[in-house]
Amino acid sequence: MSLGHRDVAAPEKRRVAGRALRSRPATRRAHRLRTTAWLYLLPGFAFYGAFSLWPLIETFQYSFYKWDGITAAKWVGLKNYIKIFTSEDALSTFAHAFTFILFYAAIPVVVGLVIVGVMTRVRIRLLGLLRTVLFIPQILAMVVVAVAWRWIYAESGPINAALEAIGLDSWTRAWLGDFKTALPAVGLIGTWVMYGLCMVLFIGGSQKIPRDLYEAAKLDGAGPFQEFMAVTLPGLRGEISVALILTVTAALRNFDIVWNTTSGGPGNATLIPSYLIFEGAFVTRQVGYAAAASVVLTTLILLLTGGIQALLRQRK
Amino acid sequence: MTSRRIESFVGHGALILGALIALYPFVSIVRHALGPAAGSNAAGPFTLENFTRAWVGGGFSHSLVSSAIVAVGVVVVTGAIASLAGYAMAMLDVPWRGAIMGVLLIGLVLPAEARIVPLYDMFEGWGLLNTYWAIILPQIASSFSLSTMWMTTYYSALPKELTESAAVDGANSWKAFTRIVFPLGSSALATLSCLIFLYTWNEFLLALVLLPQNPAVQTAPLSLSFFAGAERNTQPEVIAAAAVLVALPVVIAYAFLQRRFIQGLTEGAVKG
Repeated sequence: MSLGHRDVAAPEKRRVAGRALRSRPATRRAHRLRTTAWLYLLPGFAFYGAFSLWPLIETFQYSFYKWDGITAAKWVGLKNYIKIFTSEDALSTFAHAFTFILFYAAIPVVVGLVIVGVMTRVRIRLLGLLRTVLFIPQILAMVVVAVAWRWIYAESGPINAALEAIGLDSWTRAWLGDFKTALPAVGLIGTWVMYGLCMVLFIGGSQKIPRDLYEAAKLDGAGPFQEFMAVTLPGLRGEISVALILTVTAALRNFDIVWNTTSGGPGNATLIPSYLIFEGAFVTRQVGYAAAASVVLTTLILLLTGGIQALLRQRK
Repeated sequence: MTSRRIESFVGHGALILGALIALYPFVSIVRHALGPAAGSNAAGPFTLENFTRAWVGGGFSHSLVSSAIVAVGVVVVTGAIASLAGYAMAMLDVPWRGAIMGVLLIGLVLPAEARIVPLYDMFEGWGLLNTYWAIILPQIASSFSLSTMWMTTYYSALPKELTESAAVDGANSWKAFTRIVFPLGSSALATLSCLIFLYTWNEFLLALVLLPQNPAVQTAPLSLSFFAGAERNTQPEVIAAAAVLVALPVVIAYAFLQRRFIQGLTEGAVKG
């Protein structure tokens, strides 16, 4: 359809009529318009193709080669992938990524839902101000966040000071340097970054749920918990889906925070797939192996985001 | 009645606690940055000398300018190409529209990790590593998907009568775009620009890979990372001041345009 053919009321009818009545000059005009449409897409797709799609294809291609980035690359088939799925170090990075999903996605979403569950029945005061403040972690660069938390977790930082103040001196430690606490400590930074987003998303969503659904639930004798399960939770499907996609993707990538807090340490305790890719590509120069790790990570992100969307698709 | 009161009390208490926790880390680095460093001879409890030392010693006078150049470049180019593409997707008869949308969707979830290795080789081959090109071009590409979907959604919601009457008056698609559609989309474009500015300003991995050896073009987060890594245990107050400097432009923009930022960040993910 060209510009002039658009009709809000009955596009289908119009299309059929247009096809029947279309004479030869009209077809030529339509053809020209379709070519024009491509011209508007051209500049954007030039950038997108050259710097997103083409590199993506090349990454896929590299992943089947053994290459140090300098000498000639050697075809090795699936060897890089086999190495990822059989090496304990590589697998542990993916295990860490899944642990981060707990901290980045699960905890913030649950916290957000609990708040909304309590708040749907009352009018929220100061909502604008609270929303502004809750969103602050989302706008700060992760490098800045890392600097702030490195100090909070430091040996002379506020957490240890608080523990000492209540007599728990034996619990104090360098939280990011301890094998036992480094992974959850980094994970909790992610929780901090994400919970405000989840709260704001869910509160916004819950205010769009029609009030009469709650009235109806009350008439049916539903208590607060049943009301939450029957009205609030289904009403928030879309928001939950968005929150999960954002947080799960962030958990699986998570390069900035890890690089700027623990650098993957102590030992390999907080090593993640992004780190494997960076080190393989630019430090140890196993370019093919790094590319294979990127393909695995990207596939994982695509599968999980696709799965979340399919599971929580809104009924229309 | 009383149970509702308790709910209101607990709910507000939890929200306020959440807000305080969200605020604490940033407030604490600001306080840290304003406090005198060891060996300082500042008179009072507050001093700006850490900022001066970060500005000079950490090279942040350069990197903040670099970040601004990169962010403006990415925002302007992405805004332009996404407006054009969004117009075509929303209002013109694009062949294989569904397939194009599908290709755009890839860019929405594509992590930078999936393309850094070839990007490095590409820019090394062109001799453009450690230049503005190496950081601007890939970020235009990474913002393109979200931006195009954003503009498409907005343009699709415009009343069709507007462009129809333009077509009747004999305006071609370019005139209809520049005179009617683009001006009407300026609010959506403004919100989108906030979002791209935020993403571009805060980007780290691409900068680390593509600009590691040229302090003259390094972006602010990259400089902060190097500075904080090199001076780790010596000058925590100066590092804090540097972190505040890196965050400040975004925080100021957020203070004035919070509605647009929040709308962008919450709705940006829903597109497509």
